[in-house]
Amino acid sequence: MSSLLGPDRGILGAQAASVRRLQRRGFLKGSLSLGALAMLTGCDVTDNEPVQRLLWNTSFWNDRVQGWLFNPNRLAPTYPESAVDRVFRYNAFYPEEQAPMLDPATYKLELSGSIGDKRPWTVDQLYQLPRTSQITRHVCVEGWSRIGKWSGCPLRIFLERIGADLTAKYVGFICADGYYTSIDMPSALHPQTIMAFTFADQVLPRKFGYPMKIRVPTKLGFKNPKFVVALSVTSNYPGGFWEDYGYNWFSGS
Amino acid sequence: MAEAVESQGRYARYVVLHSPFVRVTHWLNALAIIVMIGSGWRIYNQEPLFGFEFPVWMTLGGEPRISQHWHNEEGLAGALQWHFAAMWLLVVNLLVYLVYGLASGHFRRALLPIRPQAIGRDLRAALSGHLAHKLGERNAVQKAMYVGVVAIIVLTVLSGLSIWKPVQFQELTAAFGGYDVARYVHFFCMTAVVLFIAVHLTLTALVPKVLPPMITGRAKIDITPDLGGRP
Repeated sequence: MSSLLGPDRGILGAQAASVRRLQRRGFLKGSLSLGALAMLTGCDVTDNEPVQRLLWNTSFWNDRVQGWLFNPNRLAPTYPESAVDRVFRYNAFYPEEQAPMLDPATYKLELSGSIGDKRPWTVDQLYQLPRTSQITRHVCVEGWSRIGKWSGCPLRIFLERIGADLTAKYVGFICADGYYTSIDMPSALHPQTIMAFTFADQVLPRKFGYPMKIRVPTKLGFKNPKFVVALSVTSNYPGGFWEDYGYNWFSGS
Repeated sequence: MAEAVESQGRYARYVVLHSPFVRVTHWLNALAIIVMIGSGWRIYNQEPLFGFEFPVWMTLGGEPRISQHWHNEEGLAGALQWHFAAMWLLVVNLLVYLVYGLASGHFRRALLPIRPQAIGRDLRAALSGHLAHKLGERNAVQKAMYVGVVAIIVLTVLSGLSIWKPVQFQELTAAFGGYDVARYVHFFCMTAVVLFIAVHLTLTALVPKVLPPMITGRAKIDITPDLGGRP
């Protein structure tokens, strides 16, 4: 996976997804007897290829349905300060101590794809952008939820400022920890979708994505990337870390 | 259909007990419910509401070792895929059932009226072992159970939608008392459906002759006249 990471990740994303799917298929052929054995022993109907294809296609269909359901003017519910969870939950595919520690002196947000001005952004430049704050509910795909306070620049303002093609289909993100994800353009332009610079009125802590995370209260938590180091605007499906493993891509709330 | 058949001096007639509409929606619903519960239990295990988990073999979402290779985790992705695929079967089938059931008069004929006194009477009779099973007729307890489980399934779907879309369907989520409460509502609705299934299967096991008509639609009833043994 790490060998595929790089500045062109946004473009490679789609290929990586299909490569991974091919690998999966190869694995399946190699393990047909294992699958047959699993069927015979009554293990699980999930683990055979036609069923997998049906499930993936239904998930793609659900992406479309959620795109239709998405109302660009519908705001996620907001809460009073008193509702904020004081101890916010950490969640990632590695322990907290391994979260990347980015140096503001060397940090750059790289831009690629259908963007007019692709000059990279420093932390100082980002932190001078206009800010808005929100107290919203972060809902995890695992089922739990926490209410938190974030503030930062609406992604729409940033996309307009860098001359992004707002008719492109996707905005993709690459993170310093190797994570990557992407969202649909309507969600990217939603008024509550922000580049968050603070959490609970403090500079974004390292474990929650210093110096910048994308906060999308209309989507599940895993669609809210932390430590974002590259942003791309594209109409080629960029996929995502968990999405390529089978989590629903749209994952709207 | 109504032709009498004769065998060893006894006469019988086939009657239609369950229309194709009832049979098809029943079995599609059974399939959808099994998939929803199996995958739902796997999703529950990821973030249990109570101090227990469902044994993995009872859940649906892929064998954990294989899932590790496909999904980089032990089967939440697979369970979610099942859950959000089977929801279409469940909801579309449920809507067809409700619309056709209302429009065709099936609900009125088969499930109504339900009177509280009749439920009490039939329940007492059932528990004391005196409730006769009349082929093709539902007693008051059965009627209440069937109407009740359909209502619970509707509630399960609504609470599920409120968990799935707490922003787009935020009024619905609020009606359930918010996202976190809606998860408990969803869980208890599932529990009620599981209890229904347990009773439903137990009764079918006790009176197995009710099963074939739900598959073929037909039941054989004895119409041999009492007098003389010959027509």
